[in-house]
Amino acid sequence: MKRTIPLLISAITGFVLIGTAFIPLFVDWGNIAMSWFNLLAAFAFILGGGNLLKMQLQKISAQQPGWGYAAVTLIAFFITLFVGLAKVGVHPNVKFPEFAWSGDYLQEDGVFWWLFEYIFTPLSATMFALLAFYISSAAFRAFRAKNTEATILLIIAVIILLGRTYASVWLTGWFPDEFIIGESGIKYSDFNLQNLSEIIMEDFTTPGMRAIKIGIALGVASTSLKVLLGVDRSYLGSDQEA
Amino acid sequence: MKQSTLIWTILMVAGGAFLLFQASKGNGRVYVREIPVEAQASQPEGEEQVYRWTRYQQVTEAEKGEPDVRFSLSRTLGLWVAAFSTLAIFSFLYGDNPIYKFTESVFVGVSAAYAMVVAFWTEIMTNLYAKLLPGLARITFYPDIDSTARPDYLYLIPLVLSILLLWRLSPKGSWIARWPLAFFIGATAGIRLISYLETDFVGQLQSTVMPFIVFASDGSLLWIKSLRNTIFIVGVVSCMIYFFFSIEHEGVVKYISRLGIWFLMVTFGASFAYTVMGRIALLSGRLVFLFNDWLGI
Repeated sequence: MKRTIPLLISAITGFVLIGTAFIPLFVDWGNIAMSWFNLLAAFAFILGGGNLLKMQLQKISAQQPGWGYAAVTLIAFFITLFVGLAKVGVHPNVKFPEFAWSGDYLQEDGVFWWLFEYIFTPLSATMFALLAFYISSAAFRAFRAKNTEATILLIIAVIILLGRTYASVWLTGWFPDEFIIGESGIKYSDFNLQNLSEIIMEDFTTPGMRAIKIGIALGVASTSLKVLLGVDRSYLGSDQEA
Repeated sequence: MKQSTLIWTILMVAGGAFLLFQASKGNGRVYVREIPVEAQASQPEGEEQVYRWTRYQQVTEAEKGEPDVRFSLSRTLGLWVAAFSTLAIFSFLYGDNPIYKFTESVFVGVSAAYAMVVAFWTEIMTNLYAKLLPGLARITFYPDIDSTARPDYLYLIPLVLSILLLWRLSPKGSWIARWPLAFFIGATAGIRLISYLETDFVGQLQSTVMPFIVFASDGSLLWIKSLRNTIFIVGVVSCMIYFFFSIEHEGVVKYISRLGIWFLMVTFGASFAYTVMGRIALLSGRLVFLFNDWLGI
Protein backbone atom coordinates (compact mmCIF):
# COMPACT_ATOMS: atom_id res chain seq x y z
CA MET A 1 0.00 0.00 0.00
CA LYS A 2 2.90 2.31 0.73
CA ARG A 3 4.17 2.10 -2.86
CA THR A 4 1.42 0.62 -5.05
CA ILE A 5 -1.28 3.24 -4.38
CA PRO A 6 1.05 6.21 -5.07
CA LEU A 7 2.16 4.54 -8.32
CA LEU A 8 -1.47 4.14 -9.36
CA ILE A 9 -2.34 7.71 -8.40
CA SER A 10 0.55 9.15 -10.41
CA ALA A 11 -0.15 6.92 -13.44
CA ILE A 12 -3.90 7.68 -13.52
CA THR A 13 -3.40 11.44 -13.03
CA GLY A 14 -0.63 11.63 -15.61
CA PHE A 15 -2.41 9.61 -18.30
CA VAL A 16 -5.68 11.52 -17.78
CA LEU A 17 -3.78 14.79 -18.33
CA ILE A 18 -2.06 13.32 -21.40
CA GLY A 19 -5.47 12.17 -22.59
CA THR A 20 -6.81 15.75 -22.51
CA ALA A 21 -4.74 16.43 -25.64
CA PHE A 22 -6.38 13.55 -27.54
CA ILE A 23 -9.78 12.74 -25.98
CA PRO A 24 -12.37 15.56 -25.63
CA LEU A 25 -14.07 13.74 -22.71
CA PHE A 26 -10.88 14.09 -20.67
CA VAL A 27 -10.69 17.88 -21.07
CA ASP A 28 -12.99 18.58 -18.09
CA TRP A 29 -11.18 16.00 -15.99
CA GLY A 30 -7.92 17.66 -16.95
CA ASN A 31 -9.21 21.07 -15.82
CA ILE A 32 -10.32 19.58 -12.47
CA ALA A 33 -6.93 17.88 -12.03
CA MET A 34 -5.21 21.20 -12.77
CA SER A 35 -7.25 23.06 -10.13
CA TRP A 36 -6.41 20.31 -7.60
CA PHE A 37 -2.76 20.58 -8.64
CA ASN A 38 -2.78 24.33 -7.95
CA LEU A 39 -4.38 23.73 -4.54
CA LEU A 40 -1.78 21.14 -3.62
CA ALA A 41 0.95 23.52 -4.76
CA ALA A 42 -0.51 26.15 -2.40
CA PHE A 43 -0.47 23.65 0.45
CA ALA A 44 3.12 22.79 -0.47
CA PHE A 45 4.01 26.39 0.44
CA ILE A 46 2.46 25.79 3.87
CA LEU A 47 4.48 22.59 4.13
CA GLY A 48 7.60 24.60 3.24
CA GLY A 49 6.78 27.18 5.90
CA GLY A 50 6.16 24.43 8.45
CA ASN A 51 9.48 22.84 7.58
CA LEU A 52 11.27 26.18 7.95
CA LEU A 53 9.63 26.60 11.35
CA LYS A 54 10.69 23.11 12.43
CA MET A 55 14.32 23.59 11.34
CA GLN A 56 14.67 27.02 12.96
CA LEU A 57 13.09 25.84 16.21
CA GLN A 58 15.47 22.88 16.31
CA LYS A 59 18.38 25.28 15.81
CA ILE A 60 17.19 27.51 18.65
CA SER A 61 16.45 24.69 21.09
CA ALA A 62 19.87 23.09 20.45
CA GLN A 63 21.47 26.56 20.72
CA GLN A 64 23.51 25.84 17.60
CA PRO A 65 25.97 28.51 16.39
CA GLY A 66 23.96 31.36 14.87
CA TRP A 67 20.73 30.42 16.66
CA GLY A 68 20.04 34.12 17.17
CA TYR A 69 19.63 34.53 13.40
CA ALA A 70 17.17 31.62 13.45
CA ALA A 71 15.16 33.60 16.01
CA VAL A 72 15.27 36.66 13.72
CA THR A 73 13.98 34.50 10.85
CA LEU A 74 11.12 33.22 12.99
CA ILE A 75 10.14 36.69 14.21
CA ALA A 76 10.12 38.03 10.63
CA PHE A 77 8.17 34.95 9.52
CA PHE A 78 5.47 35.26 12.18
CA ILE A 79 5.03 39.01 11.80
CA THR A 80 4.63 38.71 8.01
CA LEU A 81 2.32 35.72 8.34
CA PHE A 82 0.11 37.45 10.89
CA VAL A 83 -0.26 40.75 9.04
CA GLY A 84 -0.87 38.90 5.77
CA LEU A 85 -3.48 36.48 7.06
CA ALA A 86 -5.23 39.01 9.30
CA LYS A 87 -5.20 41.68 6.53
CA VAL A 88 -3.88 44.23 9.01
CA GLY A 89 -4.50 47.79 7.80
CA VAL A 90 -6.57 46.67 4.81
CA HIS A 91 -9.76 48.61 4.08
CA PRO A 92 -12.88 46.78 2.88
CA ASN A 93 -13.75 46.51 -0.80
CA VAL A 94 -15.45 49.78 -1.89
CA LYS A 95 -18.35 47.78 -3.38
CA PHE A 96 -18.96 45.91 -0.12
CA PRO A 97 -17.88 48.26 2.69
CA GLU A 98 -19.96 46.42 5.32
CA PHE A 99 -17.75 43.32 4.90
CA ALA A 100 -14.63 44.26 6.84
CA TRP A 101 -12.54 41.41 5.36
CA SER A 102 -13.49 41.92 1.73
CA GLY A 103 -10.44 44.05 0.81
CA ASP A 104 -7.48 42.78 -1.19
CA TYR A 105 -4.70 41.37 1.01
CA LEU A 106 -2.06 43.32 -0.99
CA GLN A 107 -3.97 46.60 -0.88
CA GLU A 108 -1.78 49.72 -0.84
CA ASP A 109 -1.33 51.07 2.69
CA GLY A 110 -1.91 47.69 4.31
CA VAL A 111 0.90 46.42 6.56
CA PHE A 112 1.47 43.39 4.32
CA TRP A 113 1.87 45.73 1.33
CA TRP A 114 4.40 47.76 3.37
CA LEU A 115 6.43 44.62 4.07
CA PHE A 116 6.25 43.63 0.40
CA GLU A 117 7.16 47.10 -0.89
CA TYR A 118 9.87 48.05 1.58
CA ILE A 119 11.41 44.74 2.64
CA PHE A 120 10.64 41.87 0.26
CA THR A 121 11.08 43.74 -3.05
CA PRO A 122 14.30 45.65 -2.23
CA LEU A 123 15.89 42.63 -0.58
CA SER A 124 15.11 40.21 -3.41
CA ALA A 125 16.25 42.74 -6.05
CA THR A 126 19.48 43.44 -4.15
CA MET A 127 20.19 39.73 -3.66
CA PHE A 128 20.06 39.24 -7.43
CA ALA A 129 21.93 42.50 -8.07
CA LEU A 130 24.73 41.19 -5.86
CA LEU A 131 25.28 38.48 -8.44
CA ALA A 132 26.41 41.16 -10.91
CA PHE A 133 29.67 41.45 -8.98
CA TYR A 134 30.23 37.72 -8.71
CA ILE A 135 29.31 37.01 -12.32
CA SER A 136 31.75 39.72 -13.44
CA SER A 137 34.53 38.37 -11.27
CA ALA A 138 33.83 34.81 -12.48
CA ALA A 139 33.92 36.04 -16.08
CA PHE A 140 37.23 37.78 -15.48
CA ARG A 141 38.73 34.53 -14.18
CA ALA A 142 37.07 32.13 -16.60
CA PHE A 143 37.26 34.09 -19.84
CA ARG A 144 40.69 33.15 -21.07
CA ALA A 145 41.15 32.44 -24.76
CA LYS A 146 42.77 29.06 -24.07
CA ASN A 147 41.31 27.20 -27.06
CA THR A 148 38.99 27.73 -30.03
CA GLU A 149 35.77 27.13 -28.07
CA ALA A 150 36.76 29.50 -25.23
CA THR A 151 37.81 32.15 -27.77
CA ILE A 152 34.43 31.94 -29.56
CA LEU A 153 32.61 32.26 -26.21
CA LEU A 154 34.70 35.27 -25.21
CA ILE A 155 34.35 37.11 -28.54
CA ILE A 156 30.59 36.54 -28.77
CA ALA A 157 30.00 37.64 -25.17
CA VAL A 158 31.97 40.85 -25.78
CA ILE A 159 30.14 41.59 -29.06
CA ILE A 160 26.72 41.05 -27.47
CA LEU A 161 27.59 43.08 -24.37
CA LEU A 162 28.89 45.99 -26.44
CA GLY A 163 26.25 45.63 -29.16
CA ARG A 164 23.36 46.04 -26.78
CA THR A 165 24.71 49.20 -25.14
CA TYR A 166 25.54 52.72 -26.26
CA ALA A 167 29.15 51.58 -26.67
CA SER A 168 28.18 50.04 -30.01
CA VAL A 169 27.16 53.44 -31.39
CA TRP A 170 30.27 55.08 -29.98
CA LEU A 171 32.66 52.42 -31.32
CA THR A 172 31.15 51.40 -34.65
CA GLY A 173 28.35 53.85 -35.33
CA TRP A 174 30.52 55.59 -37.92
CA PHE A 175 30.56 52.57 -40.29
CA PRO A 176 29.41 53.98 -43.67
CA ASP A 177 25.99 53.10 -45.04
CA GLU A 178 27.50 52.01 -48.39
CA PHE A 179 27.57 48.68 -50.22
CA ILE A 180 30.76 46.66 -49.76
CA ILE A 181 30.86 45.10 -53.25
CA GLY A 182 28.71 46.65 -55.97
CA GLU A 183 24.99 46.09 -55.33
CA SER A 184 25.56 42.94 -53.26
CA GLY A 185 23.04 43.96 -50.60
CA ILE A 186 25.64 43.97 -47.84
CA LYS A 187 26.67 47.31 -46.38
CA TYR A 188 29.55 48.27 -44.11
CA SER A 189 26.97 49.40 -41.52
CA ASP A 190 25.60 45.84 -41.38
CA PHE A 191 28.76 44.97 -39.44
CA ASN A 192 28.52 47.60 -36.73
CA LEU A 193 28.30 46.03 -33.27
CA GLN A 194 24.57 46.59 -32.94
CA ASN A 195 23.72 44.83 -36.23
CA LEU A 196 26.38 42.18 -35.66
CA SER A 197 24.87 41.28 -32.28
CA GLU A 198 21.45 40.98 -33.95
CA ILE A 199 22.86 38.71 -36.69
CA ILE A 200 24.53 36.54 -34.02
CA MET A 201 21.31 36.33 -32.00
CA GLU A 202 19.13 35.46 -35.00
CA ASP A 203 21.37 33.20 -37.07
CA PHE A 204 23.82 31.58 -34.65
CA THR A 205 22.32 31.65 -31.14
CA THR A 206 18.82 30.56 -32.15
CA PRO A 207 19.99 27.24 -33.75
CA GLY A 208 21.93 26.41 -30.57
CA MET A 209 18.96 27.26 -28.37
CA ARG A 210 16.66 25.28 -30.63
CA ALA A 211 18.83 22.17 -30.40
CA ILE A 212 18.97 22.53 -26.61
CA LYS A 213 15.18 22.91 -26.43
CA ILE A 214 14.63 19.82 -28.59
CA GLY A 215 17.00 17.89 -26.33
CA ILE A 216 15.22 19.10 -23.19
CA ALA A 217 11.80 18.19 -24.67
CA LEU A 218 12.95 14.65 -25.43
CA GLY A 219 14.47 14.37 -21.95
CA VAL A 220 11.30 15.62 -20.25
CA ALA A 221 9.11 13.26 -22.31
CA SER A 222 11.21 10.20 -21.52
CA THR A 223 11.50 11.07 -17.81
CA SER A 224 7.74 11.68 -17.58
CA LEU A 225 7.00 8.33 -19.21
CA LYS A 226 9.41 6.58 -16.85
CA VAL A 227 7.62 8.15 -13.87
CA LEU A 228 4.12 7.37 -15.15
CA LEU A 229 4.97 3.78 -16.04
CA GLY A 230 6.55 3.24 -12.63
CA VAL A 231 10.07 2.66 -13.98
CA ASP A 232 11.40 5.65 -12.04
CA ARG A 233 10.15 5.46 -8.44
CA SER A 234 12.79 7.67 -6.80
CA TYR A 235 10.15 10.22 -5.75
CA LEU A 236 8.60 7.64 -3.40
CA GLY A 237 11.70 7.59 -1.20
CA SER A 238 12.89 4.53 0.66
CA ASP A 239 10.81 1.75 2.22
CA GLN A 240 12.34 2.49 5.62
CA GLU A 241 10.53 5.83 5.86
CA ALA A 242 8.40 6.21 8.99
CA MET B 1 43.46 50.08 16.07
CA LYS B 2 44.09 48.15 12.85
CA GLN B 3 44.50 50.23 9.70
CA SER B 4 41.55 48.55 7.93
CA THR B 5 39.29 49.12 10.98
CA LEU B 6 40.34 52.79 11.05
CA ILE B 7 39.56 53.22 7.35
CA TRP B 8 36.15 51.59 7.72
CA THR B 9 35.34 53.65 10.82
CA ILE B 10 36.21 56.87 8.96
CA LEU B 11 34.08 55.74 5.99
CA MET B 12 31.12 54.87 8.23
CA VAL B 13 31.31 58.19 10.12
CA ALA B 14 31.61 60.12 6.84
CA GLY B 15 28.68 58.17 5.37
CA GLY B 16 26.57 58.78 8.48
CA ALA B 17 27.37 62.49 8.45
CA PHE B 18 26.44 62.67 4.76
CA LEU B 19 23.14 60.93 5.48
CA LEU B 20 22.33 63.34 8.30
CA PHE B 21 23.17 66.26 6.01
CA GLN B 22 20.89 64.89 3.26
CA ALA B 23 18.10 64.21 5.77
CA SER B 24 18.37 67.76 7.14
CA LYS B 25 17.84 69.05 3.58
CA GLY B 26 14.53 67.16 3.47
CA ASN B 27 15.67 64.24 1.31
CA GLY B 28 14.56 60.70 2.05
CA ARG B 29 11.02 61.81 2.89
CA VAL B 30 7.86 60.52 1.30
CA TYR B 31 4.75 62.62 0.77
CA VAL B 32 1.25 61.34 0.11
CA ARG B 33 -2.02 62.79 -1.06
CA GLU B 34 -5.07 62.09 1.09
CA ILE B 35 -7.95 60.70 -0.93
CA PRO B 36 -11.18 60.41 1.06
CA VAL B 37 -13.24 57.33 0.23
CA GLU B 38 -16.98 57.17 0.82
CA ALA B 39 -18.83 53.92 0.27
CA GLN B 40 -22.44 52.90 0.79
CA ALA B 41 -23.49 49.52 2.06
CA SER B 42 -24.18 47.13 -0.81
CA GLN B 43 -27.30 45.56 0.68
CA PRO B 44 -30.25 47.88 -0.03
CA GLU B 45 -32.66 46.12 2.36
CA GLY B 46 -30.42 46.84 5.32
CA GLU B 47 -30.07 50.12 7.18
CA GLU B 48 -28.49 52.71 4.89
CA GLN B 49 -25.03 53.29 6.17
CA VAL B 50 -22.10 55.24 4.78
CA TYR B 51 -18.56 54.09 5.42
CA ARG B 52 -15.67 56.56 5.25
CA TRP B 53 -11.93 56.11 5.27
CA THR B 54 -8.89 57.68 3.66
CA ARG B 55 -6.60 56.28 0.97
CA TYR B 56 -3.09 57.61 0.46
CA GLN B 57 -1.42 58.10 -2.89
CA GLN B 58 2.31 58.73 -3.11
CA VAL B 59 3.26 62.03 -4.75
CA THR B 60 6.54 63.62 -5.80
CA GLU B 61 8.40 65.97 -3.51
CA ALA B 62 7.51 68.88 -5.81
CA GLU B 63 3.85 68.52 -4.82
CA LYS B 64 4.46 68.66 -1.08
CA GLY B 65 3.11 72.21 -0.67
CA GLU B 66 -0.27 71.36 -2.20
CA PRO B 67 -3.42 70.99 -0.11
CA ASP B 68 -4.23 67.39 0.98
CA VAL B 69 -0.56 66.47 0.59
CA ARG B 70 1.17 65.51 3.81
CA PHE B 71 4.30 63.83 5.09
CA SER B 72 3.95 60.02 5.44
CA LEU B 73 5.83 58.63 8.40
CA SER B 74 5.16 54.96 7.57
CA ARG B 75 6.35 55.28 3.96
CA THR B 76 9.35 57.38 4.96
CA LEU B 77 10.28 54.75 7.51
CA GLY B 78 9.81 52.12 4.79
CA LEU B 79 12.11 54.03 2.44
CA TRP B 80 14.86 54.14 5.08
CA VAL B 81 14.36 50.47 5.99
CA ALA B 82 14.60 49.54 2.29
CA ALA B 83 17.74 51.67 1.87
CA PHE B 84 19.51 50.22 4.91
CA SER B 85 18.46 46.69 3.90
CA THR B 86 19.95 47.28 0.45
CA LEU B 87 23.20 48.54 1.98
CA ALA B 88 23.23 45.61 4.41
CA ILE B 89 23.03 43.11 1.55
CA PHE B 90 25.74 44.97 -0.38
CA SER B 91 27.94 44.79 2.73
CA PHE B 92 28.47 41.10 1.85
CA LEU B 93 30.84 42.31 -0.88
CA TYR B 94 33.27 43.26 1.89
CA GLY B 95 32.78 39.90 3.60
CA ASP B 96 30.33 37.89 5.66
CA ASN B 97 29.24 40.06 8.59
CA PRO B 98 26.49 40.18 11.27
CA ILE B 99 24.55 42.96 9.52
CA TYR B 100 24.31 40.90 6.34
CA LYS B 101 23.37 37.77 8.28
CA PHE B 102 20.64 39.64 10.15
CA THR B 103 19.16 41.05 6.94
CA GLU B 104 19.42 37.69 5.21
CA SER B 105 17.52 36.06 8.09
CA VAL B 106 14.80 38.70 7.84
CA PHE B 107 14.60 38.09 4.09
CA VAL B 108 14.23 34.32 4.56
CA GLY B 109 11.45 34.76 7.13
CA VAL B 110 9.57 37.40 5.15
CA SER B 111 9.89 35.47 1.85
CA ALA B 112 8.59 32.20 3.33
CA ALA B 113 5.65 33.91 4.98
CA TYR B 114 4.95 36.00 1.87
CA ALA B 115 4.72 32.85 -0.29
CA MET B 116 2.41 31.25 2.27
CA VAL B 117 0.12 34.28 2.48
CA VAL B 118 -0.13 34.59 -1.31
CA ALA B 119 -0.89 30.86 -1.62
CA PHE B 120 -3.47 31.15 1.16
CA TRP B 121 -5.44 34.06 -0.33
CA THR B 122 -5.10 33.23 -4.02
CA GLU B 123 -5.64 29.48 -3.93
CA ILE B 124 -6.79 28.06 -0.61
CA MET B 125 -9.41 30.69 0.14
CA THR B 126 -10.51 31.38 -3.45
CA ASN B 127 -10.51 27.84 -4.83
CA LEU B 128 -11.07 25.65 -1.80
CA TYR B 129 -12.88 27.54 0.96
CA ALA B 130 -15.15 29.41 -1.48
CA LYS B 131 -15.94 26.20 -3.39
CA LEU B 132 -16.64 24.06 -0.30
CA LEU B 133 -18.43 26.69 1.80
CA PRO B 134 -19.78 29.33 -0.61
CA GLY B 135 -22.41 30.57 1.89
CA LEU B 136 -19.88 31.23 4.60
CA ALA B 137 -17.38 32.66 2.10
CA ARG B 138 -20.06 35.12 0.91
CA ILE B 139 -20.67 36.58 4.37
CA THR B 140 -16.98 36.74 5.28
CA PHE B 141 -14.39 37.36 2.57
CA TYR B 142 -16.09 37.14 -0.83
CA PRO B 143 -19.45 39.00 -0.83
CA ASP B 144 -19.53 38.92 -4.65
CA ILE B 145 -20.11 35.14 -4.72
CA ASP B 146 -23.43 34.25 -6.33
CA SER B 147 -26.06 33.60 -3.62
CA THR B 148 -27.28 30.52 -5.52
CA ALA B 149 -23.84 28.88 -5.48
CA ARG B 150 -23.85 25.38 -3.99
CA PRO B 151 -20.96 23.59 -2.29
CA ASP B 152 -18.79 21.59 -4.68
CA TYR B 153 -17.99 18.49 -2.64
CA LEU B 154 -15.53 17.26 -5.26
CA TYR B 155 -13.09 19.68 -3.63
CA LEU B 156 -13.04 17.48 -0.53
CA ILE B 157 -10.57 15.29 -2.44
CA PRO B 158 -7.86 17.99 -2.77
CA LEU B 159 -8.59 18.99 0.84
CA VAL B 160 -7.89 15.44 2.02
CA LEU B 161 -4.81 15.20 -0.23
CA SER B 162 -3.55 18.53 1.17
CA ILE B 163 -3.97 17.33 4.75
CA LEU B 164 -2.07 14.16 3.83
CA LEU B 165 0.66 16.35 2.34
CA LEU B 166 1.01 18.29 5.60
CA TRP B 167 1.29 14.95 7.40
CA ARG B 168 4.88 14.98 6.13
CA LEU B 169 5.75 17.18 9.12
CA SER B 170 4.56 14.50 11.54
CA PRO B 171 7.23 12.18 13.00
CA LYS B 172 5.01 9.10 12.44
CA GLY B 173 3.22 7.97 9.30
CA SER B 174 4.89 10.50 7.01
CA TRP B 175 4.75 7.89 4.19
CA ILE B 176 1.10 8.88 3.72
CA ALA B 177 2.37 12.13 2.16
CA ARG B 178 3.43 10.00 -0.82
CA TRP B 179 -0.18 9.94 -2.06
CA PRO B 180 -0.54 13.68 -2.68
CA LEU B 181 3.07 13.73 -3.83
CA ALA B 182 2.24 11.02 -6.38
CA PHE B 183 -0.70 13.11 -7.61
CA PHE B 184 1.62 16.10 -7.89
CA ILE B 185 4.32 14.16 -9.75
CA GLY B 186 1.80 12.46 -12.04
CA ALA B 187 0.10 15.76 -12.91
CA THR B 188 3.46 17.46 -13.55
CA ALA B 189 4.61 14.57 -15.75
CA GLY B 190 1.34 14.55 -17.72
CA ILE B 191 1.30 18.30 -18.30
CA ARG B 192 4.99 18.57 -19.13
CA LEU B 193 5.05 15.59 -21.47
CA ILE B 194 2.44 17.05 -23.78
CA SER B 195 3.44 20.72 -23.53
CA TYR B 196 7.16 20.08 -24.11
CA LEU B 197 6.55 17.72 -27.02
CA GLU B 198 4.11 20.15 -28.57
CA THR B 199 6.04 23.40 -28.24
CA ASP B 200 9.68 22.45 -27.78
CA PHE B 201 9.89 19.37 -29.98
CA VAL B 202 7.31 19.49 -32.78
CA GLY B 203 7.16 23.30 -32.79
CA GLN B 204 10.92 23.76 -32.96
CA LEU B 205 11.34 21.07 -35.64
CA GLN B 206 8.57 22.66 -37.70
CA SER B 207 10.29 26.04 -37.52
CA THR B 208 13.56 24.50 -38.65
CA VAL B 209 12.09 22.97 -41.81
CA MET B 210 12.85 25.75 -44.30
CA PRO B 211 14.28 25.96 -47.83
CA PHE B 212 18.06 26.01 -48.29
CA ILE B 213 17.73 28.14 -51.43
CA VAL B 214 15.25 31.00 -51.48
CA PHE B 215 14.01 32.73 -54.64
CA ALA B 216 12.19 36.04 -54.90
CA SER B 217 8.81 36.31 -56.65
CA ASP B 218 10.58 37.45 -59.86
CA GLY B 219 12.70 34.27 -59.82
CA SER B 220 15.97 35.90 -58.71
CA LEU B 221 18.07 34.19 -56.06
CA LEU B 222 17.91 35.73 -52.57
CA TRP B 223 21.40 34.65 -51.60
CA ILE B 224 21.56 36.37 -48.21
CA LYS B 225 18.30 34.73 -47.10
CA SER B 226 19.52 31.41 -48.55
CA LEU B 227 22.82 31.70 -46.68
CA ARG B 228 21.03 32.52 -43.40
CA ASN B 229 18.67 29.57 -43.79
CA THR B 230 21.58 27.25 -44.56
CA ILE B 231 23.54 28.46 -41.50
CA PHE B 232 20.42 27.95 -39.39
CA ILE B 233 19.70 24.39 -40.55
CA VAL B 234 23.37 23.38 -40.37
CA GLY B 235 23.52 24.86 -36.85
CA VAL B 236 20.53 22.93 -35.55
CA VAL B 237 21.60 19.64 -37.18
CA SER B 238 25.22 19.89 -36.03
CA CYS B 239 24.17 20.69 -32.44
CA MET B 240 21.73 17.76 -32.47
CA ILE B 241 24.49 15.47 -33.74
CA TYR B 242 26.74 16.67 -30.92
CA PHE B 243 24.00 15.70 -28.41
CA PHE B 244 23.58 12.26 -30.03
CA PHE B 245 25.78 9.95 -28.03
CA SER B 246 24.48 6.62 -29.39
CA ILE B 247 27.10 6.73 -32.15
CA GLU B 248 30.80 7.25 -31.67
CA HIS B 249 32.01 10.74 -32.58
CA GLU B 250 34.56 9.61 -35.18
CA GLY B 251 35.24 10.58 -38.79
CA VAL B 252 32.65 12.90 -40.35
CA VAL B 253 30.48 12.85 -37.21
CA LYS B 254 33.42 14.18 -35.20
CA TYR B 255 33.76 17.23 -37.46
CA ILE B 256 30.03 17.89 -37.53
CA SER B 257 29.77 17.62 -33.75
CA ARG B 258 32.76 19.97 -33.46
CA LEU B 259 30.83 22.50 -35.52
CA GLY B 260 27.89 21.88 -33.17
CA ILE B 261 30.10 22.74 -30.19
CA TRP B 262 31.04 26.04 -31.85
CA PHE B 263 27.38 26.90 -32.37
CA LEU B 264 26.71 26.02 -28.73
CA MET B 265 29.64 28.21 -27.62
CA VAL B 266 28.09 31.12 -29.53
CA THR B 267 24.80 30.39 -27.74
CA PHE B 268 26.43 30.22 -24.33
CA GLY B 269 28.45 33.39 -24.97
CA ALA B 270 25.28 35.30 -25.90
CA SER B 271 23.37 33.85 -22.93
CA PHE B 272 26.18 34.80 -20.60
CA ALA B 273 26.22 38.35 -21.97
CA TYR B 274 22.46 38.63 -21.46
CA THR B 275 22.74 37.30 -17.90
CA VAL B 276 25.44 39.84 -17.08
CA MET B 277 23.32 42.62 -18.58
CA GLY B 278 20.29 41.51 -16.58
CA ARG B 279 22.21 41.57 -13.32
CA ILE B 280 23.82 44.92 -14.14
CA ALA B 281 20.35 46.31 -14.88
CA LEU B 282 19.17 45.12 -11.45
CA LEU B 283 22.25 46.64 -9.84
CA SER B 284 21.69 49.95 -11.57
CA GLY B 285 18.06 49.79 -10.40
CA ARG B 286 19.22 49.47 -6.81
CA LEU B 287 21.74 52.29 -7.25
CA VAL B 288 19.04 54.52 -8.75
CA PHE B 289 16.88 53.71 -5.72
CA LEU B 290 19.69 54.60 -3.28
CA PHE B 291 20.89 57.77 -4.99
CA ASN B 292 17.65 59.04 -6.47
CA ASP B 293 14.71 57.86 -4.34
CA TRP B 294 16.51 57.83 -1.02
CA LEU B 295 19.28 60.43 -1.11
CA GLY B 296 17.67 62.65 -3.75
CA ILE B 297 20.99 63.23 -5.51
